[in-house]
Amino acid sequence: MPKIVIVEVGSNSQPQFSKHKKLWTFPFILAILIVIILGIISLFTGAYDILGKEDGWDMFFITRVPRTIALMLTGAAMAMTGLIMHLVTQNKMVEPTTIGTTEWAGLGLLTVYLLFPGPSLVLRMTGAIVFSFVGTMIFFFFLRRVKLRSSLIVPIIGLMLGAVISAFSTFMALFFKMSQVVEGWFIGSFAAVQIGRYEYLWIIIIVTIIIFMYANRLTLAGLGEDVATTLGVNYNHLIVLANALIAVAVGIVAAVIGNIPFLGLIVPNIISMTRGDDLKSNLPWVCLLGMGTITLCDIISRVVNMPFEVPVSLILGTLGAVVFILILLRQRKSRRLR
Amino acid sequence: MSTIDSQINTKGNFDASLRLRSTSAFRSKKEEKRYWLLLSLFIGVGLLASLGLLLYNNPVPVDSPSFIPVVKRRIVAIVAMFVAALCHSFSTVAFQSVTGNRIITPSLLGFESLYSFIQTSTLFFFGASALVSFSGTEAFFLQVALMIILSLTLYGWLLSGKYGNLHLMLLVGIIIGSGLNSVSGFMRRLLSPSEFDLLQSRLIGSVTNADSEYFPIVIPMVIITVLCLFFFSKKLNVLSLGKDVATSFGVRYQASIIYTLVLVAVLMSISTSLIGPLTFFGFLVAMLSYQAAPTYDHRYVFPMAFAIGFSILTSAYFLLYHVFHAQTVVSVIIELFGGIIFLTVILRKRSL
Repeated sequence: MPKIVIVEVGSNSQPQFSKHKKLWTFPFILAILIVIILGIISLFTGAYDILGKEDGWDMFFITRVPRTIALMLTGAAMAMTGLIMHLVTQNKMVEPTTIGTTEWAGLGLLTVYLLFPGPSLVLRMTGAIVFSFVGTMIFFFFLRRVKLRSSLIVPIIGLMLGAVISAFSTFMALFFKMSQVVEGWFIGSFAAVQIGRYEYLWIIIIVTIIIFMYANRLTLAGLGEDVATTLGVNYNHLIVLANALIAVAVGIVAAVIGNIPFLGLIVPNIISMTRGDDLKSNLPWVCLLGMGTITLCDIISRVVNMPFEVPVSLILGTLGAVVFILILLRQRKSRRLR
Repeated sequence: MSTIDSQINTKGNFDASLRLRSTSAFRSKKEEKRYWLLLSLFIGVGLLASLGLLLYNNPVPVDSPSFIPVVKRRIVAIVAMFVAALCHSFSTVAFQSVTGNRIITPSLLGFESLYSFIQTSTLFFFGASALVSFSGTEAFFLQVALMIILSLTLYGWLLSGKYGNLHLMLLVGIIIGSGLNSVSGFMRRLLSPSEFDLLQSRLIGSVTNADSEYFPIVIPMVIITVLCLFFFSKKLNVLSLGKDVATSFGVRYQASIIYTLVLVAVLMSISTSLIGPLTFFGFLVAMLSYQAAPTYDHRYVFPMAFAIGFSILTSAYFLLYHVFHAQTVVSVIIELFGGIIFLTVILRKRSL
């Protein structure tokens, strides 16, 4: 008899988990379809006439396909890093743009340019990854030491930290006459993506797989150090791992594409508003929405000034700022912020 | 141990002040003496450096007729430094007291993004001729008025009412700033190169190319605003204790905060449109003045902050011009120093 009771308790104690486990619902399939359609539109958007010109299909495989793949990978990567940061810091306003990780990556790029003239892509990537790892760790170290009166103070400090780092980069750039590198980096764009220039983005797939494997443990880490340790998770190891994953994703994107602002903030927030905070079932959604958002923004950036292109980071920055403010205002009514 | 010691210490001082029946802003006579010494030292350094900037390495002798015009050109730069020091020191100290946080600065609120946004959109929507004619005193006034109105709307909207929250207001301000940066970057991409050049020359402001044409309006405006803040010192002393304490002391918290923030906005927008952005200068000045003035009374902190700001600006310019011969990087170096001090302060903080 007691056996049955235990089973009943077990099945009732986590009702929300069983509800969220259903991934292949109708909205999810619809979202996949929308992303695929956006991808197809992205493949056929551009100044060069693919169907009319003779070498159109060559062009198609040299630039359009790599570009669309790069968009998808970058979108997924930036959205996921945002999600992990939210979980690990227990703060919904934290993402690579708001705590200075991207600025650290930029500083890393600049340092590599200074140390090795004409560096290869691997070198640049390594520099960006190492620096963004160090920068994120510094911020985490700071967060854990400091008692906070309000969760909103975290992004404020982070943005100021980012401003310090970018002021430092500007100083170095001015001093060593490298302003162009910095200028080109701060504006992320997919215009230069073609065969041979984007392949490192595939590493993001590996990062994604690792995140999926550690999803449950990262969710536990989101409950805080004490709870996570009680539940048998090595908190410190997990934090280092999460930071390494974030640094790899941000560093690769920074070296290949440039600065992609706010994506890691808006996508996970929208998902967590509608679906709650279970990482494992949210991850596919976050990836999809990230891909869709950045592809849409890139299509806009190519269409708006037709024969020319506008960097996608400017459109994302504008859009992201609006959505961020809307999220803030929405949260101010529920008293979550205090 | 240290907390107990400090408690005993403050208690001892408290008893001592009771015995003397004085309500001095300083804990001891020694500190007061040190304050006045440091204040006069900084004023002296500032005056000496500005005298140096005026006279040192002057190619014409004092008795030549072209001496006066040369000095006049140099005076413009010194007046600009004076205005910048006044604006940044007063606004940062007042802002930090009102927000109850000593590591954020009003330049976070995105005044420079707003400034470049106004310039860019004038060019974008009305063309190059409009931007060229958009100068002179009316345009300057219009621009400052626009910045103040926008910041007032922001404060009024996010600070008042049931959900008023200072940190939320700050964050929204920062995000609006970065959004405006993106929008103006976007518009700049659509400009023709010649228009872009025109705009670029407008957007780069510095102490050395401040437009002296605006001085007759700017200086009275800044001085009046600064005096308003200075005479508000007693209220600021109470406001810095936090919302609950200030309210129970009988200060109208919300109204006083909005009043202070409007004055801060006036100072910041004038400074930005006159000499361009300086992000960490205010932070540097405020940080140093809290160290040099061991008191919470704003009547003493304000003058110290101004003296430090002025002496930093003038001596930095003097050293970099005449000793290191590096003219272009002055503001960058001041920013760098401010940034490094910001980092060390943040990493040593225990609570925020």
